[in-house]
Amino acid sequence: MVLGNYKQVIAARSTDAEILRGSQDGGIVTQLFAYALDAGIIDGAIVAGPSDEPFKPEPMVATTREELLASRGTRYSISPNMSLIKEVTRSYGLDKVGVVGTPCQIQALRKGQLYPVGLRDVPDKIALAIGIFCMENFPYQSIIQLVEDHGATALENVSKLDIGKGKFWIYTERGATVQIPLKVTHKYEQPGCHVCLDYVSNLADISTGSVGTPDGWSTVFVRSANGDDIWAKAIAAGAFETKPIDSVKPGIELVTKLATEKITKNQQYIEDRKTKFTVGKELRNPYI
Amino acid sequence: MADKITVGHVHMSGCTGCLVSFADNYEGLLTILDKYADLVYCLTLADVRHIPEMDVALVEGSVCIQDHIAVEEIIETRKNAKIVVALGACACYGNITRFARGGQQNQPQHESYLPIGDLIDVDVYIPGCAPTPQQIRNVCVMAYLLLKGNDEQKALAGAYLTPLMNLAKAGTEACGCDVMYNVINQGLCMGCGSCAAACPVRAITMVYGKPQVERDLCIKCGACYAQCPRSFFSFDVVNQYEGIIDAIDAALQP
Ligand SMILES: Cc1cc2nc3c(=O)[nH]c(=O)nc-3n(C[C@H](O)[C@H](O)[C@H](O)COP(=O)(O)OP(=O)(O)OC[C@H]3O[C@@H](n4cnc5c(N)ncnc54)[C@H](O)[C@@H]3O)c2cc1C
Ligand code: SF4
Ligand code: SF4
Ligand code: SF4
Repeated sequence: MVLGNYKQVIAARSTDAEILRGSQDGGIVTQLFAYALDAGIIDGAIVAGPSDEPFKPEPMVATTREELLASRGTRYSISPNMSLIKEVTRSYGLDKVGVVGTPCQIQALRKGQLYPVGLRDVPDKIALAIGIFCMENFPYQSIIQLVEDHGATALENVSKLDIGKGKFWIYTERGATVQIPLKVTHKYEQPGCHVCLDYVSNLADISTGSVGTPDGWSTVFVRSANGDDIWAKAIAAGAFETKPIDSVKPGIELVTKLATEKITKNQQYIEDRKTKFTVGKELRNPYI
Repeated sequence: MADKITVGHVHMSGCTGCLVSFADNYEGLLTILDKYADLVYCLTLADVRHIPEMDVALVEGSVCIQDHIAVEEIIETRKNAKIVVALGACACYGNITRFARGGQQNQPQHESYLPIGDLIDVDVYIPGCAPTPQQIRNVCVMAYLLLKGNDEQKALAGAYLTPLMNLAKAGTEACGCDVMYNVINQGLCMGCGSCAAACPVRAITMVYGKPQVERDLCIKCGACYAQCPRSFFSFDVVNQYEGIIDAIDAALQP
């Protein structure tokens, strides 16, 4: 169950060159939303938009292709996308909401649909939830620390950040590449990530990430009945190029391995919170 | 269907907004009343004067302990109901009545208001100011399945209601501070922003990915903490989200 329930897993990338140009991997998120917007499946989506600080994401409601394009790329920092989940059905007036999020944000979304305490009318308006894979996230100040201190690079000159192949990669506008070993980054991780038991957004309609497929491609899990329906329509519309997952390297085994490592390590940490921090007391466990 | 459960709405020191929320299920409410529940008591909607026996009491509002009729009614409610639900933030946590301090005409001595859980045992909380129509609907359907369903349905309803029963056991105090005490201070916050979305008065903003609570705006409703996925999260229940949503939709077909 480390990969959650799914109906199919494939390697895919967008067929739209413009989307691919600024996307992190295969442009799955941007392409799926752009298609769903065109097809009237959603009337907008909550995405991580740009802000006035470099690589600091800001939750944004995108209702046009241009706004979706502006949100392409991974920002390895917290974007509280759920903070807009009610407003998107209020002043924005959306009835069919798309939302992208990390596994924890998709968990928050599903909890909100089942236990809507402060989210009136939200449960019935979620039309497409896209999850991205996530090993961990970083507070924005950690990104500054990593890029500017450890990477000795000004954040405003950076064109792309990526985590992969055991390194934190910094690519600059002028073509330089800086790499930081991942072990340096660990102490800067968001602490709340260490109790997280989901790597591949198990609760999304469709989830996607880079691990498992070659550069420029994405691994895609089609999970819910709703996701299956939308994926089939997007394929029929020619939105994606696909390959069987077992025809690409490193394939699903690596995804399974990383998911297992993440969950095992974090389960251990949750256990440790019962004993290693306390005498006769326990730190709180949210999972009942 | 003959085998309905009996439900009452008990109005303590509330604003009737909780009942309006229940009614805001529109035809869903009619289906519930058609198929699953008889409304045996509700001063706003029906002419039954005294609190009868019932399976489920939906209690809205807090209790003014200087108003002896209110105190008698909440005690009567506990005696007459199998399941007592604190409906809405006032019944669960006091909410805005926490700020009451008397001194107003024509009962200046009416100064002390307590959430119902300080006077009687409460089985289930439905927090929120106002509570959402969808949450009330879900609890009604689940309470029906718990009392009248087959074994599988009983198990699902029990699992679904457990977190709301745990909230009732956890206490009668709520505040925006809860996300500090119980989430951030505990090393559990991951910056999703659900708390900010849930807050009815926009007392929470997300600053560098973490909730910042404007405590003088907070009305002490408890929505932020209850909505936070790091307050309670049951994989057993949430992993079945598709099936549960489909089942509730199906149950509400007229
Ligand atoms: C914190 C973080 C950690 C990740 N860790 C892994 C990992 O361990 N393994 C892996 O395979 N993939 C990981 N990913 C996912 C990967 O980096 C890509 O986001 C994913 O493959 C989507 O690429 P794409 O080309 O399909 O999307 P694009 O078309 O580039 O669109 C990216 C989408 O992601 C959204 N987004 C960007 N940053 C954030 C953010 N901080 N929070 C929420 N949404 C955001 C944008 O709004 C946009 O809609 C991680 C992503 C994040 C944000
Ligand atoms: S590791 Fe988990 S908690 Fe942290 S951002 Fe990713 S999904 Fe959220
Ligand atoms: S911060 Fe907002 S949601 Fe939380 S208790 Fe206060 S008013 Fe309610
Ligand atoms: S709802 Fe999200 S942002 Fe708010 S306290 Fe909980 S985990 Fe943190």
